[in-house]
Amino acid sequence: MTAYAIPVVEPSATEGGILRIATIGSVDDGKSTLIGRLLHDSRQLLDDQVSALATASRRRGAAALDLSFATDGLRDERDQGITIDVAYRYASTPRRKLVIADCPGHVQYTRNMATGASSADLAVSVVDVTAGLRDQTRRHCCVAALLGVRSMIVAANKMDLVGWDRDAYEAVAAEMRALAARTGMDAVMVIPVSALNGDNVVERSESSPWYEGPTLFEAIDAAPAVAWANGGSEGSRLPVQWVLRGPGKGRAYAGMVSGGTIGSGDEVVILPSGLRSTVSSVSTHDGPLGRAHPPLSVSVTLADDVDAGRGDMIASSASPPEVLGTLDATICWFSAEPIRPGNRYRVKHTTRVLPARVEGLEGRMDLESLQLSAAAELRENDIGRARLVLGGQIAADAYRSNRLTGSFVLVDEVTNATLGAGLVELDGRTVDRSGL
Amino acid sequence: MAAYTVEDKTRLDNERTHAPGHLDLLEAHAVFVLREVAAECERPVLLFSGGKDSAVLLRLAEKAFRPGRLPFPILHVDTGHNFPEVLDFRDRRVAELGEDLVVAHVQSSIDQGRVTDPGPGASRNRIQSVTLLDAIEAHGFDACIGGARRDEDKARAKERVLSFRNAFGQWDPRNQRPELWYLYQGRVRAGEHLRAFPLSDWTELDVWGYVKREQIDLPSIYFSHRRPIIERSGMLLAASEWTSPLEGERVEEADVRFRTVGDATCTGAVRSLARDVDEVIAEVAASRVSERGATRADDRFSESSMEDRKREGYF
Repeated sequence: MTAYAIPVVEPSATEGGILRIATIGSVDDGKSTLIGRLLHDSRQLLDDQVSALATASRRRGAAALDLSFATDGLRDERDQGITIDVAYRYASTPRRKLVIADCPGHVQYTRNMATGASSADLAVSVVDVTAGLRDQTRRHCCVAALLGVRSMIVAANKMDLVGWDRDAYEAVAAEMRALAARTGMDAVMVIPVSALNGDNVVERSESSPWYEGPTLFEAIDAAPAVAWANGGSEGSRLPVQWVLRGPGKGRAYAGMVSGGTIGSGDEVVILPSGLRSTVSSVSTHDGPLGRAHPPLSVSVTLADDVDAGRGDMIASSASPPEVLGTLDATICWFSAEPIRPGNRYRVKHTTRVLPARVEGLEGRMDLESLQLSAAAELRENDIGRARLVLGGQIAADAYRSNRLTGSFVLVDEVTNATLGAGLVELDGRTVDRSGL
Repeated sequence: MAAYTVEDKTRLDNERTHAPGHLDLLEAHAVFVLREVAAECERPVLLFSGGKDSAVLLRLAEKAFRPGRLPFPILHVDTGHNFPEVLDFRDRRVAELGEDLVVAHVQSSIDQGRVTDPGPGASRNRIQSVTLLDAIEAHGFDACIGGARRDEDKARAKERVLSFRNAFGQWDPRNQRPELWYLYQGRVRAGEHLRAFPLSDWTELDVWGYVKREQIDLPSIYFSHRRPIIERSGMLLAASEWTSPLEGERVEEADVRFRTVGDATCTGAVRSLARDVDEVIAEVAASRVSERGATRADDRFSESSMEDRKREGYF
């Protein structure tokens, strides 16, 4: 196999936008090595970075270049040979810029994996074919799917250790396809690789003549981009972040377009107050825009002098979000202190911050069956369903239709630590849109 | 189950017709982060070194807050070892913007006995952390907005966009706050603070692409010029009142430019004939050496030097 056959990627070749990737899977299955290999063989590790890796590898007694050090940048990670927190690496394929979040596999660091997966378009799931699927493979796949990652590339790794046995590959492929289907992933592709030796990562392997699919690099280049910030909201969503005022100018409401599109002439409603108005203009510092798409940062002016400020949402009046004082939500819990009914937290949802109390726990999710079973509390790394009572109202969509307006975090009222992540569920409610 | 279908590809192509480019997306995100920090924090400050990243940051701040004033002052931590072109640039930009500049001098920290002078000619890069933390305490800043990027260094690659610092200014890389979606959490208790990095997802080439698109003014030393240099451990240091040749070294006139701008005693130049932004972009795209690998003596000292400095409160 010849490395360096890939031409250096031109910086202009990124009109395909940005694809965000998260690596998922169990500790020791080879996620960091795979990303290191991908960067190395596509010539996106620079000479001084390669020589620094060589030094770090030698210092720790590795026989060859340890490519996992390309993302495992902390001293503790290198000494222990594990990933503790997400590393972000940037690369390009011929079509697009990649933001790669290399996530930790250890169960203790699931909160960091969730950080990396929450904004990912694509999961690259790494499975060690000598070990098969592990608990963390299933947990991560489940968390990624819950967080809205809809497509997945599976790297069936360490194929060199099973002599490129096609049956071993097919067994992992079948199990992963079943897991993906059960968790609700739409598209899954399984690639036999050796991250250690570079087979089918960037270069096609001669050891797998029976495999006719793309290499990992080719698959990433071809993967469908998910304009996830569009969510499923047809109507516009603009959480007000900041009110812009200039000498002699009116008020403009600045924020990120978080659903639908927004343009002048749109009939809108300010939530939760319910006041109505019409959009007069949408612009950035560079001038007026026609219609603004997610996730652009814009400012809008309204035809009426309505009261609106940070934490309010400007939304399409024809297709508004739900205004909620109690929240049913899937909760991913990150704190060592369990979440229990009666506990108080602060909720941050879009740009709005409110106090909240846990009214009840519906249950904890079993990651094998994906069923809820009764639980008195959720512990660190548990996923479950809870009902929260808010000290006010928020304008939200279901997470599965809009990641931006359907997500929130739970924060410690004293230490300000982020304790958990919440996904708004609306399926328990009767939502009647027939009259709209 | 089928892999990606023809329908997927068609849908992708249709979506891309209207999709913003990657610089538009990076800009939109950075503007969002700046507004979140300004809204959630009581007393933020923008760190300005005079380098290209902080020049981009200032441009983004204008995009986020004009026609209003910037909702934070600008802080320069001055090591006293400056390229004069950079100080000129700083003063020119601040005057154009009409915003407030705070300068914290490392020399004052030395004079007050807060830190030991590492000696003439030695880098003051590391001891800047003390000056920065003192300025944070004196002004009560609860968020420092900086131009650091994750592609610069392996420790930075691990850091959150909003990165928490305890009451001693320390970063704890083993125990960072989860940071999901776009939900940036800006609150801290008295004495604690945040570092906010709106350019986290930008690469060196993204920054240059944006400089070109926005026609951002930069200090002249980013472009090729002739100056006396000293080659030391593979680095090209500018000969100056602080840096003179050691035994066996000689001063040489060379065509160089700087890829980063920092303390003049530890920032290396690269040999270059790139005279304008287009030529710099071509040069950076073809380079096989990373930005810090080429130019920062301090990062060559040990494998985890950036991580160690960050734990101490460095930028």
